[in-house]
Formats: sequence, structure tokens, C-alpha cells
Amino acid sequence: MKKALLSMLLVSLLSACASKDVKEAPKAAIEDRTATKAAAQPSAPSAPGAETTATKPATIATSALTDPASILSKRSVYFDYDKFDVKPEYSSLVEAHARYLKQHSDAKVTLQGNTDERGSREYNIALGQHRAESVKKVMSVLGVSDKQIETVSLGEEKPKAEGHDEAAWAQNRRADIIYQGE
Amino acid sequence: MLKSNPMETQQSLAARVWRRALSALALAAAFFYAHASSAAMTIEIIGGASNQIPIAIVPFAHEDNQPQSLSGIVGADLQRSGLFKIIDPRAVTPQPHDLPDVRFADWRTQGADALVVGSMVTLLNGSLEIRFRLLDTVRQNQLAGFSYTVPASQLRATAHEIADVIYEKLTGVPGVFRTRIAYVLKQGKKYELQVADADGENAETILSAHEPLMSPAWSPDGDQIAYVAMEGQGRNIKPIIYVQTLATGKRQLLANFKGSNSAPAWSPDGNKLAIAMTRDGNSQIYLINANGSGVARWTTSNGIDTEPNWSPDGKWVIFTSDRGGSPQIYRMPSNGGPAQRLTFEGSYNLSPRFSPDGRSFTFTQRSGGQDHVALQDIESGQVQVLTDTPGDESPSFAPNGRMILYATRNNRRGVLAVVSSDGRTKQRLSAQSGDVYSPAWGPSKKTQFQ
Repeated sequence: MKKALLSMLLVSLLSACASKDVKEAPKAAIEDRTATKAAAQPSAPSAPGAETTATKPATIATSALTDPASILSKRSVYFDYDKFDVKPEYSSLVEAHARYLKQHSDAKVTLQGNTDERGSREYNIALGQHRAESVKKVMSVLGVSDKQIETVSLGEEKPKAEGHDEAAWAQNRRADIIYQGE
Repeated sequence: MLKSNPMETQQSLAARVWRRALSALALAAAFFYAHASSAAMTIEIIGGASNQIPIAIVPFAHEDNQPQSLSGIVGADLQRSGLFKIIDPRAVTPQPHDLPDVRFADWRTQGADALVVGSMVTLLNGSLEIRFRLLDTVRQNQLAGFSYTVPASQLRATAHEIADVIYEKLTGVPGVFRTRIAYVLKQGKKYELQVADADGENAETILSAHEPLMSPAWSPDGDQIAYVAMEGQGRNIKPIIYVQTLATGKRQLLANFKGSNSAPAWSPDGNKLAIAMTRDGNSQIYLINANGSGVARWTTSNGIDTEPNWSPDGKWVIFTSDRGGSPQIYRMPSNGGPAQRLTFEGSYNLSPRFSPDGRSFTFTQRSGGQDHVALQDIESGQVQVLTDTPGDESPSFAPNGRMILYATRNNRRGVLAVVSSDGRTKQRLSAQSGDVYSPAWGPSKKTQFQ
């Protein structure tokens, strides 16, 4: 997370000459990168600095979601053992996605909750769901419509890390943000 | 042609070990493999009751004409229960096959209190006529005697029926050797829902999938299994519940509401299921008709409610809830009413299942960071921890209440295990490859035998 912030800061410094509000640095970074990538992506014709709601918002939006320099490409919130509350270190991540969803009312996400392998499979379905619901709650409070969010649980059934130690378990205690159409 | 019977060799070894163990007045850990010809799973047995009934089972006349040893299957069943000490029958010659041939004193000398003799005849149409007698060597009389005429394909089933008769006559408790178990087998990225005999034989795959399966639940009549499957498009999979009819292989969607649908539990009359759903936010328990209609919400807590299970008389439902801060077992009346907390030991109690007599329930209790199978008496609240294996999950009772089947891990693999309800006898069932989990013991069905 910290590395991403640093690279975003660097990019925003480089783009300081562009006419953008410095406070919106992260967004500015996304748009700049999109613009410089325009040649490589013929389907993204908008001019640098244009708001994403301008022509062809979907294509610019898609690249924003998958741009590694953007916080929006980060899709996972990690949780402590047997906990479902969104930790402060993930607030800005969830807020960034909430902002995106508010700006793109036709975009939809599925929040997929996961757990580590300890405890029964059924309890973990419920706990995974609770984690997804917690992320949804943060987004709802920020004004995202319920119609744009579905929450499901995979419990312990689809672990990202297959080991049987805390290093693996920590990776599996997770809610993923998946955009419809991905 | 005399077929070598590996079962008997292992049984005589086991018998010697048991004698030593009992004379030391200690439970010995004795391992052996009860491995019949085409085992889907291997079974290891550990421990045994402190007072075992010594019984000798004489190979039935002409049983070696069949590919499997009838007396071997009967002996393995009785051995697995932990309640019997199998006496090697080969020292008594000639081997008797019917009452007039039996010299009771010979068997008393061998240490057997009970004796089984029998015969098998192949009829012209290929069917088998099987007869047996269960004899009391002390009183020198017959306790039971039956004959069966069955297709040759029913050899194993008939052996299990005979074992059930012997078990019930000598212990007073109905046997469960003819029952079946369901479980999930995962090999690589393939998931299979399988049904096998209670001894792990004759495994049949009833569903194959490339996404996770879990929580099979037998209907009370044993004709259907409800289960949870993760299904959907691409990455968008979610848990949904199906009901599948075993005889036809046809399945019907039971619940695919918004969010997750899981933890199916049949009512004792088979008309409804309690299920866990998250359509209103966090996991809560709902009631649904077996055909998928008529959803009604049952629990209304601020926490996670899941893993419902009905009492055998249909009056209560027990379930897991963390409404008090950590997962505990609660009970509520099935016709509505507040839930009452049942577990007060430990901070992590999960997966409750009623015993067949409704007087106790099995569940998992965490201590020292490990989940163990436990048993709690409802009236007294007394808890007995039955296992010391780590990572125990989803215990369920055999229909006679004497054994508990559960999932655990051994050598980094998911295996099934059985513990007797007094904690003394343990079995481990491992698949040849892959992980086995989510076991469910099926009901006793009405006998097809006379």
C-alpha cells in the first residue's frame, strides 16, 4: 500500500505543471497516465486531464480500475483473525472505490468475502459474508447505492494461499472487490 | 480352493494385541488395516471398549466361491464398532457350519462367548441362499438364525445385515453396518460429492464439479441429499443449495437468493429445511419448503446465525450464533420463540448436531487453539471432549447414537474419522488420494430383508 502511495506522489509531482487541483493528486495521476497511454490504447481518445465522465467513460474507467499506479487497481481488504471490521489502513482503498462507484452509477461490484481455514466451513461462509458486508457498509455510508453492490462469501473454500500457517491464513482473511464485466 | 483371507490373519494378530492390552488394564493403541478387495478408503482402528464381547465367526460353508469373504466382512464390521473381540476360529476343526456340528466346549476353550456359523449356496439362477446362526456358547443355545436369498451383487449388503443382527442381539442397540455416508472428495481442482457404505466401500460419485461443494445433508428417508455448491459465471461464484434425488440423479435448486445460501438441515418429517442465508445482511436462519417455496425468516440477531439442526422430535432447532460476541451453541423452539444459549465452556463452539435420542448434541469446542469433537448433555449441561485430533469439524451421529463421524486432518490431508460416543474407539478413513471432508451419516432404512 505504501509503495503505491509513493509512486502516486511521484507521478503527481511530475504532472504538477498540468492544470489540476493538487488535492486531487491521485485522480490527476490516473488521468495523466491514461493520456500518455493513449497511443497504446487506441480506444481511449480523450484529451489529457479530461474528467472521466467525458467521451467514452467506460474505457477510461476500465483502465483506471486496472492501472497498477491507481489505488483502484487494489481490490483486497485484509482482516484480523475472526474479525470483520475494516481496519483504518484500508479506509482509503474502500473510499476510492466508493468514489468511483458514485461517479459511475452503471458500474456494479461484487464484494467477495473469504476466511482462513480455521473453524467450520459453514461458520466461515457466514464470516466471509460478514466481511463483505462490512466493506459494503463503509461504501453505503459514503453514499453508494445498494443497487451497485452485491455481497457473497466463499468462506474458506477458495484460498489464495494454500499453506497452513499464519502467513497463509493472513492472505486468506480477505474481501475482494470485483467489478461486473471483469 | 481355499482362498487366503487376509482379514483373519489381521484379526488373530489384533486379538492377541487386545488380550495383552486388556490384561494391562490400559487402552492400547493398536493399528491394523481392514482392507477389503476394492476399498475406496482405508480404515484404521484405534482403541476399543474396556469390556469387549469375545466372538468367533466361522467362515461360512462355500463362501470361498465368492470374490469377497462374507464372514470377513461381518468380522470387520463388528471389529470396527470397538465392542467385540474377534476370536480366531481356525483352531477348532472340523469347522462347523450348522448347529448339530457345534461342540460348545471347544469354543469356550478358545475364549468365545458367542459363535457365528453359516453356509452359502449358489442357486441355479446365480442367486445366493445364505443362512447363519448366532449361538451363545455359555448357555449353549441359539440367539438368532436367519436365511436370505439374494442376488450375488447383494453379498456385502447381506454381510452388513448379518453384522447388524449380531450387534443388536449382543448389545441391545441397533446396528448401523448397513447405513451409508456422504462426503466431499477434493482431488486437485475437482470436487466430488460421494456416497459410500459406512465402511467406506462402494463409493459412488453423485455429483462432480470444478468449484467447491460442501455440507451434504441426508433427507430423513435417505432418498435425497441437499448440498451446497459454489456456482456462477467466471469469478462470480457464490454458494447455493440443491436437493438431489439419489435414485435418479436429478437435482432441483432449493435456494439461490441474494448473497450466500448454505447449511441445509432437513426437518424430521422431510417437508422443510432450515437453511442459512445472507439475503438480509448477515447470515441468519430461514425455513424453506423442500420444494423451494415458502421462505420464512427464523432468527433475528445482530450477529452470525448458522448451522441449524433439528431435534429428532421436531420441537427444537440448535444452531451456531456469535450474537454474544463469540460463536456458541443456542437452541430455539421450532415453532417460534427466543433462543437460549447452551454452551458456556470455551470461546469457540461450532457445528451442533442432536443425538438420535435428542438428549445430547455433538459439536466442536476449541481449546489450546485446536477444535475437538465434544458431546454435551442437554439437561445437565455436562460436556465431554471426545477427541484429541487437531482441526476437527462437522461431527454427526450414526443413527444408533453410538458413533460420531467427523472430518479431521492427518499428515496434511483431509480425512474422516469416527469416535464412539464414549470416546474409547476411534477409526480413521482416508481416501487413496485427495482430501475428504463434510461427512454426513445417512439414516437407517427399513430392511429389505425378511
